[in-house]
Amino acid sequence: MVLTPYEYNYFVLGVMFILAICFAVGPLIIARLIGPRKPSRTKNATYECGLVTRGDAWMQLKIHYYLYALSFLIFSLEIVFIIPLAVVLKSAGWWAFFSMSFFLLILSAGLVYEWKKGALEWD
Amino acid sequence: MPIDEGLKSELAKAGVFTTTLESIYNWGRRSSIWPLQFGLACCAIEMIAAAASRFDLSRFGAEVFRPSPRQADLMIVAGTVTKKMAPQVVRLYNQMPEPKYVIAMGVCAISGGPFKQGYNVLKGIDRYIPVDVHIPGCPPRPEALLHALMTLQRKIDEQTTFSQFEGEPTNRAYDSHDGEFTVPTLGAHDIEPPFNPEVWKPAQIAKGTSK
Repeated sequence: MVLTPYEYNYFVLGVMFILAICFAVGPLIIARLIGPRKPSRTKNATYECGLVTRGDAWMQLKIHYYLYALSFLIFSLEIVFIIPLAVVLKSAGWWAFFSMSFFLLILSAGLVYEWKKGALEWD
Repeated sequence: MPIDEGLKSELAKAGVFTTTLESIYNWGRRSSIWPLQFGLACCAIEMIAAAASRFDLSRFGAEVFRPSPRQADLMIVAGTVTKKMAPQVVRLYNQMPEPKYVIAMGVCAISGGPFKQGYNVLKGIDRYIPVDVHIPGCPPRPEALLHALMTLQRKIDEQTTFSQFEGEPTNRAYDSHDGEFTVPTLGAHDIEPPFNPEVWKPAQIAKGTSK
């Protein structure tokens, strides 16, 4: 059987595909065949720092963590914008300064809203 | 050995390379001993030095310090094991997958060392887990750790896994032990049990043998 160049390209791709599968699955099969298996209660425990596992991994977390994380994200992003501006403020001029001030004003409005809604109160 | 050494060398002269599954398996195992990343006291500093560029543990394939016992092959007990820490060390050992090895680094890990008389010090980690290589020294130099690693590599090379000629495999990973060693607990006065009789027995004074 003679392959056209078009078919030949796909043939190479097919061989590559099969080799890739063998390369990935081969070690798994070898490990399955000759790997020692000694499962025990301690070995199957969840926690792995040497201490005894306590409680359940499916405990509930307070929803406030989410709001705090979000506020933190906003302020950290703010720093990312402010610091480069502070470095080049003299050459950037007043226009950059007022733009940044406006940006901060919008963020502050968000903070005031958050505060008024009581999102920063823990209890 | 399943293959005759003379025949092997004769074949090698004729350009035929022969090997056994055992040798390849042991070569793979001894060339990638990944230690568990934890240090208990000052010996850990020497262990860190051995892993850093000057002494370069990676020449022996053992530079990959794993932060989880699930991925580690070797436990280097580097330092004084206090009685409070002993249960954690044994539990970590239990959580390591087979085949696993232990190096007791320094006199503290071997016997309690200079703190042997201390009320809170375990008199040797080999009371609870099987130790493969002991390194004396206080602390041992990084070269000593390298030597211990090479000793361990020689030990791994000697182990049999697949050979059916010598009975029970000497590779502990394939023997009939269930892999669970007793984790001690803190009792009212001392750690309980004081030792694991499976792996350690107190020295007996033989009466009437010496005159």
